[in-house]
Amino acid sequence: MTKLTINGKAHEVHSEPDTPLLWVLRDELAMTGTKFGCGRGFCGSCTVLANGEPIRSCSTALQNVAGKKILTIEGLSPNGAHPLQRAWQAENVPQCGYCQAGQIMSAAALLMKNKKPTDEQIDDAMGGNLCRCGTYQRIRRAIHRAAEEV
Amino acid sequence: MNIVKVSRRDFVKLTSAASAGLVLGLQFPRSARAAEGAPFPLGTFVEVGTDGIVTIYVSKSDMGQGVRTAMPMIVAEEMDANWKNVRIRQADLDKKYGRMGTGGSSSVRTMWTPLRQAGAAARAMLVSAAAAKWSVDPKEITVSKGVVAHGAKKATFGELAEAAAKVAVPKEVTLKDPAKFTIVGKKANRLDNPDLVVGKAHYGIDVRVPGMLYATVLRAPVFGAKVASVDDTKAKAVPGVKHIVRLEPHGNEAPWAGVGVIATSTWAAMKGRDALEVKWDKTGDETSAKLSAAMLAAVAGGGNPKRIRNDGDVDAALSSAAKTLEATYEVPYLAHATMEPMNATASYTADGLELWLPTQFADWNAGAAGGAAGTKNVKVHVTLLGGGFGRRAFPDFAIEAALLSKAAGAPVKVQWTREDDMQHDFYRPASVHRVVAALDAHGKIAAWHHRMAGPAINSWMGQGDPAESEVFDKEQLPPIANARLEFANVDSVVPRGWWRSVENTFNAFAVQSMMDELAHAAGKDPIEFQLSLIPAGYKVEEKGVVTYDADRLRRVIELAREKSRWGKPLPAGRARGFAAWYSFHSYVAEVAEVSLDKNGVPRVHRVVTAIDCGIPVNPDGVAAQVEGAIVYGLTAALQGAITIEGGAVQQSNFHDYPLLTIDRMPVVETHIVPSTAAPTGTGEPGTPPIAPAVTNAMFVLTGKRVRKLPIVA
Repeated sequence: MTKLTINGKAHEVHSEPDTPLLWVLRDELAMTGTKFGCGRGFCGSCTVLANGEPIRSCSTALQNVAGKKILTIEGLSPNGAHPLQRAWQAENVPQCGYCQAGQIMSAAALLMKNKKPTDEQIDDAMGGNLCRCGTYQRIRRAIHRAAEEV
Repeated sequence: MNIVKVSRRDFVKLTSAASAGLVLGLQFPRSARAAEGAPFPLGTFVEVGTDGIVTIYVSKSDMGQGVRTAMPMIVAEEMDANWKNVRIRQADLDKKYGRMGTGGSSSVRTMWTPLRQAGAAARAMLVSAAAAKWSVDPKEITVSKGVVAHGAKKATFGELAEAAAKVAVPKEVTLKDPAKFTIVGKKANRLDNPDLVVGKAHYGIDVRVPGMLYATVLRAPVFGAKVASVDDTKAKAVPGVKHIVRLEPHGNEAPWAGVGVIATSTWAAMKGRDALEVKWDKTGDETSAKLSAAMLAAVAGGGNPKRIRNDGDVDAALSSAAKTLEATYEVPYLAHATMEPMNATASYTADGLELWLPTQFADWNAGAAGGAAGTKNVKVHVTLLGGGFGRRAFPDFAIEAALLSKAAGAPVKVQWTREDDMQHDFYRPASVHRVVAALDAHGKIAAWHHRMAGPAINSWMGQGDPAESEVFDKEQLPPIANARLEFANVDSVVPRGWWRSVENTFNAFAVQSMMDELAHAAGKDPIEFQLSLIPAGYKVEEKGVVTYDADRLRRVIELAREKSRWGKPLPAGRARGFAAWYSFHSYVAEVAEVSLDKNGVPRVHRVVTAIDCGIPVNPDGVAAQVEGAIVYGLTAALQGAITIEGGAVQQSNFHDYPLLTIDRMPVVETHIVPSTAAPTGTGEPGTPPIAPAVTNAMFVLTGKRVRKLPIVA
């Protein structure tokens, strides 16, 4: 049994300690907003925050996040009203949408540290989040839009 | 097993034919309205609740192209519904919807008229109900934003829904004048946005069925290999592993032999798979180098090419020409690499098979999976697709899930890893093109001899003429009096399939590269040169319907020229390249602005695109598709290659099959030509021109031609 806090709520989970956090979230807790993309930390689809830092949940074992505060897309805001979530809708960022939870979580980590990121800072922070649909220019616009609101 | 096999071209034809008149003849059975308070069906695609909510069933799969927004827009427009009250439901597989297969950039094009008719029919039923209620002439009734009115009398759709559902679905309806559209042609936000940004959108991977087990499959690494022996002792010892199941290949549509591991969680299934010890019955000897040599030999004259087209006297024109150019272009195999790795959930019971699939082809998948599992009673629930690009047409993933559920006696979700997905795809074919073209004394094209070779999609699928899935159409080359097109099929063990814009990718690269080479050889501006080849008023007609209008191509080229500031000064070290291509009934021109870094790697700064796709149902959606199509094609042009050694794919994940990242994203500007013509394709037509636009710009910078993709090998 491992204790961790997810989206402000204490959980005791029973997955094996070597299970990647991604599968604990998805299979054990039925929190499917966090997505599996590559299993090796190359694509960022599985990005969640651990104590405010973006991590790749597909390649982070449960035992390594024990006791940490995990934030997932489901917990970013109570009702989808986080400035990034609003900006993502206003800019119609998603196409297939599959990578976007990871994109939004990486962007959230960026805005926590940098209230007004430049294009270059956005590229640096978001370079590990792949999108096969090619939504990158809208992602950039949406982050700027959200930054205006924060 | 009876499998519906559809080539892309056939598919396009079939969907056009099948969708005509499908809506009005069929009425949703009234008994289907099971519960009190449930909404009332008004025809096949529309339900209206007493609360005024209009629910529209989406019969095509959404893989990111936005049909779940565009299709309801068309219905709502003709209904005069209040867009804010429109909701969508993904249609389960049902014959009443006609063909549900989604591909060939055909959804909006083929469903345009049926969905308009569906909306107009629902409107007429609501009007008829109001006319009866008020004892007035239905012709005097107006409808606006979900409110039906006659003078001072008003009723909402919700108030009329029950009575309207009792009206017979009209056999004939009057469609709106497009000049009066208020929804179609205006920007709409995606209806899935609210769910997408909070993690509630439901993909195949998110399916959970009571009692469900999780599976992975260890598939043969070498194409065509089968299981020789399995030692599953260690795999069975992994906690949570329940069953180990051998899987046989199912023809060319599911060609993988493998060993399935079924467990109580995805992670247990993955660990169990890692613990399997499997021996395969053969090794492979195909390599990319051998394939390339075979394709080059075939275009050099071996390989007995099939002559597809032979207009005029090519040999005489080539021998008497003022100037002759010869070039050989080559492209590799490519993987689709959808962000959502393949997955499928199946529940096989004595009653039949139930499938939850992120699929482009619910109909084909159902037949194939049911056939493999031995049942004709197949239900399919279509989920969202985390990308498709052609990969999710094939039924392999559904077949595996069906067989594993049957073996386990429980519902099973089969989860592919990224490595599984990369190495067991139906790849965009590799091909080689040798083009010999001649200029006459006036700098016009006197002859064009185009010989292609490669492993065809059709030869993989064992259907039709191999050339038909690979060669370009007559409209894709300007009229040239002496033109010859030949194709030689080359054998390969690598499975082939449809990949965003399919054969247009390599044909546009070869044709639009040679056009640029000819322009430079003729000492002409590349855009001026191509415009000079387009005869004014040139049209192609099929059965009295204009299918191709060269003036529309001219217009997109002129628009891209203007908006890109073609010919105007650029910062030092930058150059522009141009390409245009007609595909999926749409016309696209692209100008790429490119520089080179110190290693000679191109950096694409800006792509200006003009597209004529008829009426743009959701213009912002069209722009998104163009942006995405360009990124898809640019990724391939710059760095995309699947290579083969020992009969197996060498790449395995995004470290060796890299996707474009945000820092390499060009600014993409999309200019949509205003049109009153019926909508045509938007998902794919943006892809073909980008590779030649970039390599043509590189020629301006370096004086050297890039004739082999990817640019960065």
